[in-house]
Amino acid sequence: MANVIKLKRGLDIPLQGQPEARIIEAAACEYYALVPDDFHGIVPKVLVKPGEPVSIGTPLMCDKNNPALQFVSPVSGEVYAVTRGERRKVLDITVKSDGKMTQAPAVAYKADMTPDEVRDSMLANGLFTFIHQRPYDVIADASVTPRDIFVTAWDSAPLAPDFDFVVKGREDDLQAGIDALRKLTSGNVYIGLRNGAVPSVKGANVVLFDGPHPAGNVGVQIQHIAPINKGEVVWTLNAFDLLIIGRFFNKGVLDFTRLVALTGSEVKAPCYVRTTLGARIDSIIGDNLIDADYNRRYISGNVLTGTRVSAHDYLRAPHSQVTVIPEGDDCHEMLGWALPGVNKYSTSRSFFSWLRGKRRYRFDARLHGGERSIIMSGEYDKVLPMDILSEFLIKAVIAFDIDKMENLGIYEVAPEDFALCEFVDTSKLPIQSIIRDGLDRLQKEMN
Amino acid sequence: MKTLRNYIDKIKPNFMPGGKLAMFRSVFEGFETFLFVPATTSRSGVHIHDNIDSKRTMTIVILALMPALLFGMYNVGYQHYLAVGQLSTVGFWTIFFFGFLAVLPKIIVSYLVGLGIEFTVAQWRGHEIQEGFLVSGMLIPMIVPVDTPLWMIAVATAFAVIFAKEVFGGTGMNIFNVALVTRAFLFFAYPSKMSGDDVFVRTTDTFGLGAGRVVDTFSGATPLGQVATHTGDDMVLTNIVGQPLSLLDYAVGLIPGSIGETSLIAILIGAVILLWTGMASWRVMLSVFAGGLAMAWVANTFASPTYAGSLLSPLTHICLGGFAFAAVFMATDPVTGARTKIGQYIYGFLIGVIAILIRIYNTGYPEGAMLAVLLMNVFAPLIDYFVVEANIKRRLKRAVKA
Repeated sequence: MANVIKLKRGLDIPLQGQPEARIIEAAACEYYALVPDDFHGIVPKVLVKPGEPVSIGTPLMCDKNNPALQFVSPVSGEVYAVTRGERRKVLDITVKSDGKMTQAPAVAYKADMTPDEVRDSMLANGLFTFIHQRPYDVIADASVTPRDIFVTAWDSAPLAPDFDFVVKGREDDLQAGIDALRKLTSGNVYIGLRNGAVPSVKGANVVLFDGPHPAGNVGVQIQHIAPINKGEVVWTLNAFDLLIIGRFFNKGVLDFTRLVALTGSEVKAPCYVRTTLGARIDSIIGDNLIDADYNRRYISGNVLTGTRVSAHDYLRAPHSQVTVIPEGDDCHEMLGWALPGVNKYSTSRSFFSWLRGKRRYRFDARLHGGERSIIMSGEYDKVLPMDILSEFLIKAVIAFDIDKMENLGIYEVAPEDFALCEFVDTSKLPIQSIIRDGLDRLQKEMN
Repeated sequence: MKTLRNYIDKIKPNFMPGGKLAMFRSVFEGFETFLFVPATTSRSGVHIHDNIDSKRTMTIVILALMPALLFGMYNVGYQHYLAVGQLSTVGFWTIFFFGFLAVLPKIIVSYLVGLGIEFTVAQWRGHEIQEGFLVSGMLIPMIVPVDTPLWMIAVATAFAVIFAKEVFGGTGMNIFNVALVTRAFLFFAYPSKMSGDDVFVRTTDTFGLGAGRVVDTFSGATPLGQVATHTGDDMVLTNIVGQPLSLLDYAVGLIPGSIGETSLIAILIGAVILLWTGMASWRVMLSVFAGGLAMAWVANTFASPTYAGSLLSPLTHICLGGFAFAAVFMATDPVTGARTKIGQYIYGFLIGVIAILIRIYNTGYPEGAMLAVLLMNVFAPLIDYFVVEANIKRRLKRAVKA
């Protein structure tokens, strides 16, 4: 039997709005978009012009530094617009769907591919874009053979979709995905599952994890399975994306539909919605929101690592979740820091909400305080189950002391691992973006 | 509340850059965020945040100081009326009110001076006002003798806030605990007002209250003061009118001493608040007591009449003087203490050991808790350095093995 790794440190934030195990079909959606910002570490080069007809799998853009890495259209139709921002930065490429979902004819697929063929077909069909690498947490460099590949099949983030539910009926896609990954590494393919999930995969090392978030984060799992040392490269991906890769190698079709968990306290009936990557957020939400006359925050992804979007933006590529919470910018709470605060969630017991036991809270997006220097000690360590001295690493990153960063384990971490640190931080520091900037600068310095 | 909010929104533009009163922007923002929790929402990273912020943290610490402060006020009155022999004729509230009147000016002076400097510096640097001094400003009056002149407190507070905190970059950047620097400044600059037999009990009236003639048997020496001047083998510590004291008296704290430090019980109530809310490190607190008990036990085992302090039991040592206060409120200052878990055990333990070491074997100083914490403030980064190095070595070893 697979071994179970029990983690103690971490935190499951009790948010309202957990998804029920119920699937609805998303309303028909006219526009879909590809957002280059979702793919960290690439320089987008647009390959299409507005008006051009596209099919599922037609390349819309590629990485300027590595043209083999292509980003494809998730639907068929025609290119509607290429939106650019300041300094002509590509913000998104929008495709107007014809609703027919025709496949591009040039989809390169055959059974029993060699490792090189697997890699090349993934690159050409936009499937490689789901694979990240550590160090640096960027889209993986396909020219490097990774030491190991780590798949996490457990999203432990607040209100996250349940992989057991999503994978139901698609076990053979998962298996086909694992088989494909096996060909890409000379090392092992590890799959991290929630303890209690029923693993039914062959050819991968199954590791079960138990504990609060971030136990499902791939970075945390790697540290407890086979930590990354300086000079090593591993690839990581999550199993929700692996299903899309697996479907391709199983059935030979490109199918970017996914089950998205619609969650959050503003959602009337949180559930799962079947939609396609890049779909508009409002097509996913439909009329499933409670009535309100205040501002709301729409998040593609979860409340910790997701991207803030508006209702007419798009479901971003890395996400299988949409969260809607109140913005809270209209709340001016008088002397709030002095009141007992029986309704205020805190991991410390400094608010009297601990008197009311365990319950779920309706969070809004307020910071609840001003930014300060780091004052409290040990706060971050309580929610980071890794052998990383988080506070010292963060300080090293702020000072950009490369030696220290390397020594303290910068190659093992990704911004998402620090999301909970940012949540609990009394000093309200933007820790994820500190780590992100640090990784980017380091990568530039090293290459 | 709505009217107040509207008024603030109305006057706000005056304080923004370019406004008429832009030079008071930090002060304005300080008051605005004091009145209303800022409605700023997150722009990057996580979308939700824990409710705790640095204002709440400091509020809880001040709350935890309240039992010791209120008891200290009562004790100031108690010692006074005991000294003038009127204890049986005045009621509880008179006693408390006397102490209240004696202590309140010190609190006001400490806050006025400290916050004045903080506000000025914040405005000068264009910062938000930081909350750190709210705690320091409450600690300062609690760790001085009741007869410390107000101007000395003002000078010492100004010195500490400027040279121990602001020159390093403000709250969160200081190396030394600000309140203890204030205390150390007073101790070394005005030794006659900080120790001896005449400063810990107020024998004169306060604003006309409690006038009377001191009884004949009066001696204002604190128990540790008596230990410091004691010679010979058998030692009996007494209160200010010559009655012998028991361990229970030390723990309750109706004995002369600095305002907030005498009652172990009141301090422990504060400790429970700090630990339950998670505002202080139990590792530091526990290991200070462990270190103090260990050192006092060693000294007591090899007791010698040369060092009268070694004649006291370990439990007596942690009840007396500023030891418990330092353990609960000073050593646990996260900014100036060790920040790694293992480091916190070492840091706390050494504070305990050094405090008792100074107290017993350095007869020049009757009390060592303050100096011990200040000394370990210096070593805290070094302790952390070794813990961090150990983590680095572990990582390198792993790489070599792989």
